[in-house]
This record gives sequence, structure tokens and C-alpha cells, in this order.
Amino acid sequence: MADTGLCFDALTLTHRDGRPLIALTHQIAPGQVLSLMGPSGVGKSTLLSAITGTLPPAFTQRGTIELNGRCLNQVPPQNRRVGILFQDHLLFPHMSVGENLAFGLHCDARDRRDHVCEALEEIDLAGFEDRDPATLSGGQRARVALMRMLLSNPEALLLDEPFSRLDSDLRHRMRDLVFSRARDAGLPVVLVTHDIADTDAAAGEVIHLSPSR
Amino acid sequence: MVTKSAYQNTRTRSVLGAAISAAPFLTLAILLGPIIAGLLGTLLPAVGLLRPDGNNDLTRLPFDMALETPGLRTSVWLSIKTGLLSTLAALGFAILLVSGWYGTRWAARAEQLLSPLLSVPHAAAALGLMFLIAPSGWLARVISPWGTGWVRPPDLLIIQDPGGWALTLGLAAKELPFILLMLLAALPQARPAETLRVTQALGYGRVRGWIWTILPGLYSQIRLPIYAVLAYGMSNVDVALVLGPNTPPTLAVRILQGMSDAELSQRAPAAVLALIQLVLVIFTLGVWRLGERGAAWVGRKMLWRGTRSSGALDTTLRFVGLGCAGLAALSIFGGLLSHALWSIAGRWRFPDAWPQTLNLNTWSRHGADILDVSTLTLTLASIVALSAIALTIGCLESEHRSGRPMGLGGQIILYMPLLLPQITFLPGLQILLLRGGFNSGFIPVVISHLVFVLPYVYLALSGPYRAWDKRYATIGWTLGISSDRILWRIRLPMLLRSLLTAFAVGMAVSVGQYLPTLLASGGRVSTLTTEALALASGGDRRATGAWALALTAAAWGPFLLTLILPPLIYRNRKGVLHG
Repeated sequence: MADTGLCFDALTLTHRDGRPLIALTHQIAPGQVLSLMGPSGVGKSTLLSAITGTLPPAFTQRGTIELNGRCLNQVPPQNRRVGILFQDHLLFPHMSVGENLAFGLHCDARDRRDHVCEALEEIDLAGFEDRDPATLSGGQRARVALMRMLLSNPEALLLDEPFSRLDSDLRHRMRDLVFSRARDAGLPVVLVTHDIADTDAAAGEVIHLSPSR
Repeated sequence: MVTKSAYQNTRTRSVLGAAISAAPFLTLAILLGPIIAGLLGTLLPAVGLLRPDGNNDLTRLPFDMALETPGLRTSVWLSIKTGLLSTLAALGFAILLVSGWYGTRWAARAEQLLSPLLSVPHAAAALGLMFLIAPSGWLARVISPWGTGWVRPPDLLIIQDPGGWALTLGLAAKELPFILLMLLAALPQARPAETLRVTQALGYGRVRGWIWTILPGLYSQIRLPIYAVLAYGMSNVDVALVLGPNTPPTLAVRILQGMSDAELSQRAPAAVLALIQLVLVIFTLGVWRLGERGAAWVGRKMLWRGTRSSGALDTTLRFVGLGCAGLAALSIFGGLLSHALWSIAGRWRFPDAWPQTLNLNTWSRHGADILDVSTLTLTLASIVALSAIALTIGCLESEHRSGRPMGLGGQIILYMPLLLPQITFLPGLQILLLRGGFNSGFIPVVISHLVFVLPYVYLALSGPYRAWDKRYATIGWTLGISSDRILWRIRLPMLLRSLLTAFAVGMAVSVGQYLPTLLASGGRVSTLTTEALALASGGDRRATGAWALALTAAAWGPFLLTLILPPLIYRNRKGVLHG
């Protein structure tokens, strides 16, 4: 297989009770989006957890996941360089906005604050570094979560219904922001969603998962 | 190629990671080690081994001596009676209270009283009740002489009555808040609001509908705590010493007397009595289990009759529950108030309801000693509570990293120290410690406290720890952060309030321990509890009041930290405090 992008080679996920969940061979080129749709419980989020390396012990994984030529199967989650966004944004509530961004930043201590301030400017939140995340609006939180993830320099991007809690206007802008950032950075993206508008905006391949028989 | 649970990759090869993997085994050893050693130390002398004179022959002499103890039957019967009745009363009134009032405005307010009530040490509560209801107690003074005609304390055996009723009352009042808390903790899973709407629509009253539909599922969840209450009620020493009868005392008090007798030959028969106590508790737990089955059978029969209770009966039951729970709370808080009053009382003649003068003489006489002993008590309690929290975090984090939850076996072992009577295995531990030459005290006291503190700390922390959203860990990992750093920088800080609560619970449990302190130190370590109970028999109410008050303050103090610290530390972080 090609050595760039995110590749699933004969990837299958099986539940402990023998129920097959997902069988997938697919390649996502850098900057491309693969959208996964299907009813809840079909295994979309389980696939994401297999990619992040947090597959619950009740599941078995066969086949390989490769990211830019690296086989991820035995790599611990903190070394996989895969970023993820959840619908609840999950900013660390005990840290300021700036601390949230700095937490995943790999650079010299001296440059950290500058990096964080620049990053906040990029998402129109200049001067927010000392704010309590609980005081942000939904759209602001979503942008901070996106930037926190981008600052950790991921090589792939996973989206677990990240737009579903936003109102429609905001959802539209957030989608554009996320997909354009992913394209600019050349990140392969896996999008899990219920919303057909998401997959349209993603303009990539769509896989409809159906419950196993 | 099968990639096994990728979760296993999250285990880090660090010192902390190794410590976390070892935590469950260490915890197991700390819980089981003293129990097994203690049981052996009780069993061996009972059959004639480990004798002080060095002779070691199997003999039934200790059994014969023990069975000849005068009044043994009465002691046994007292233990069963006070344990069963106090547990039944506490459980019954707790159920009436929760079923009648859950979800009302009153319930929310009363719930705030639970923690302070619960953390009053048994010894302080028992002494307080004694101050209240004794013939010369506050209650008699308030209603005399106008109501009773008493101008001097009546010659009545109200406390330490031969029937053990004061003891039963004291135990029921003290255990009611514990059972209430357990019920309330288990309740949300039972979805009481929805269920009640259905039963009420079917024409059942509030209390009865509750007992038919919610209680069965709820009871199975609080079964282990109830068993712990029953076992404690039957075998406790700290409450029985104060409120229980003397002629003869309960079995547990008898064992303690035999074990602390200057005559070493009394230890072997006392060890036999300790084994009898164990059999008694197991037997009574069995009887209780049969009772559960019986109650379920009767309940099902009545259910088929479909009798709807009249509104009047339902209302009566509600108010009986409220009245009895109120009485329990009053007797504990009233007792504390009388401790406070006695500790500053100057002259206080019977039957005056209030002291003639108030002064600080008692405090200036005992203040320095109280401060010294408080420092020691709190130091000991902090060491114990911190160790318990470290072990608990280790166990829970190990569960998180391995992805394997604790099984039923683990839960039973965790509850073991609360189910087995302390008086059965602690004397055995003392005998072994003395034999091994460990008579200096402090470390054995820490370990024996830990055995009883660990279960409570685990119970307090495991819920919030497991409820933490694991997606925060996923976020951390995808940001390139190691599991250890996620623990320190994300999980523990987010759980600060629960950690402080667990710490306070652990401190309160340690502060209240009587037997472990007394026996594991061979009487060489004095805490506020041992001092207060030692004073109680002397009859100096002013001194006892001051010490009992200090004891309660020591148990309450750490809870203040849980109120003060989180808002202070997370002044500008609303999400941690309310999330």
C-alpha cells in the first residue's frame, strides 16, 4: 500500500461475544476525508478507538492500521500522533484556555506562551489565554479544542460528531474551519457523523455501516 | 495477526506504572494479612497453643474454662438482641424516611445533615447519649423537678440497663445515618421518580408503592453495608462500654476484659469467646439472610392480594419515619451539645436545667493534654488516610489501565474487615505482635487502622473515579501525553473534591477507631477516642465532655477542608466544581 495517508489493511474489529463489528480495507490520502455513517452501536466510535489505540478490551482487532508508512498496531496511544475531536469538546476544566493549548505543545518553554497567543489569534480568540474554559461559548470551545489538537502536530485527524452540538450557522463555519485546516496541513481525516450535510461538506468518500447480521 | 486489546499498550514502564500494577496486590495483602494473622492468633491460644508459659499442647481446657464463664448465655443473647434490633430499627426507619420523603424539599435539606452525623465517632455519640438520658443527664434536668418531682437523680438504670436497651437505642441512632447514606447513594439507579409515578397511578400510596417496587432492587445493592452494620452492632466495644450493661456485659466487652486481664491465663478462654463471637456473627448473618427471604415471600403474597394502603396509614408511616430519624439526629446532636455545655460548666446542681456558672477551667486544665493527643491523633489519621488514598488510586488506576474491573471476590475481600468482628481478630493480632516483640506501637496501629479505613476510602472514591469521562484520557494520549502524566495533570486534579472527601472520610474513620488503637499498640498509643473512653468510666463529666468534643472536632475538621479548599484552588474554574 501507499506509504502516505491513513491505511486500513484488512482491518476487522470483533466483539468478545463473536459479533463481527467492522471489516475495512481503505486508504485515506493526505487532505482527504473518509466519512462513516450508520446507526449508533454499529461500531463507528469503536473504529476511532482502534485508531487512537484505546480499543476497549472487549474487542479484538485484526489487520493493520498504518499512518504515513508507520504500522500503529503496537504503538502506545501517546506516540501515535493522531488527533481527535469529540462533540463535547472536552477542554480540561481545571486549566485555563492557554494552559489547555499549551498542554499538548511540543516546544521550548520560552516559546510556549508566544505560540499559544499566536494560536489564539488564529482562531479569533486573542487575549483569551487566562480565561476559564467554562465561560466560553460553544463555538469558542470548539475552536479551542480544534487548536489544542492541531498544536500537538498530529498526522491524522479523527472527528467523532464534533459539530452536532453546535447550532446550524456555527456548525457551518466550524466545518469549513476544520476541513480547511486539515487540507492545509495535509491530514487524512476520518469523520463519524449522523448528519448528511457533514459528509457533503467533507466532499470525500462515504461508507455506510450497517448492523452485523 | 491479532492485535490484542490495544489498551494494554497504555501501560507505561515507569516507576509509577510499576507501583500502580502492584497496588491491588499490596492492598490485598494489607487487608488480608492482619485478618488472617489475627484469626490465627485467636485460634491458636484457643486450642492451647502459644501459651504465655511456653507450653504448647493441644488442649480443650480453654474451651471448658470459657464455657463455664458465669452469665455466658446472657452475654451471647445480649449481643444477638442488641445487634439485630438496632439494625432492624435503623434499616426500618431509614426505609420509611426515604420512601416517605425522597424528592421533597425537606429531604434535600436533611441530606446535608447526614455527613456531619455520620462522621461523629461512635464513642463521642455514645458518651453524648449517656449525658442526655442518664438519670442525672440533661433530659432529666430539663423535665425536673416540675415534671417528675425529682430533686435528686432517680435511682434508675437507664443507661447500662441489664436488657441492653440503651445500647440498642444508641446503635440504632448512630447507624441510621449510615444506612440512609447508603440508600441515597444507590437510589438514582432505581429511577425512583418514574417508578413512583407508575405505582401511584395504579393506586398505591407513596410508602407502600415504594416498598413494593423500589426497595427490592435497592436492598440488594445495600446488602453488604447492612451486613456490616449488623456485624458491628453485635460485636462493637466502644458503644457497648458506655451504654451497654455490666452484669453481665455483651460478649465483645467480655472478650476485651479477658484479653486485658492482668492474669495472662485469662487470655486463652477469652480467645475461645472471640471464636464464639465469630460463629455468632456468621450465624446471625445467616438468620438475617433467611429473614430477607421470608420478608420477600410475605411481600409477594401481599402483593398478589393487591391491597392499596389507605392514605391514613401511608401518612402515619411517613411521619413515624420522620419522627424516629429526627429523634436519632437529635440524640446525637443533643449529646454533642451537652458535651460542650459540660466542658464549660462551673457549678451545675441537679435538677437545674442550666449550669449556674460557665467557665473555662476544664479547658485550661486539660487543654494542653488535649492538644498533644489531638496532634498525635490527627497525624496518625493523616498517615492512614493518605496511605489508603494512595492504595485506592493505585487499585482504581490499575483497573483503568488493564481494563479489567474488580470482581465479586475483590469486593468481598474489601468488605471483609467490616463484616468480621474486630474483637475476633484484633486480640489475636495483639498476641502475635507481642510474641513477635513489636510492642512499641505506632506502625502496628497505622496498619491496623488502615485495614478498617481502606474499605471506606475505597467506597468513597471508587464511584467518582470510575465516573470520570475516559475520553479526557483519550484526548491526553492523542496530545502525546503519557498515562502517568495524564493521571497527575488531568485525572487527579479534576477529581480534587472527591479526593478530599475520601481523605476526610478516611481521617474520620481513623480518628474514631478504638479497638485497633488499644490492641495494636498494647495500650501505648493514646488517641482522643481511647482517652475519652478511658475517662468515661471515671465519671468526670466536665473532662469527658471536653475530650469527646475534641474527638468530634478532630473527625469533623477534615470535612471543612472539602468545603473550603476546592473553591479556593479552583476560584476561576467553574467547570471543575460544577461539572
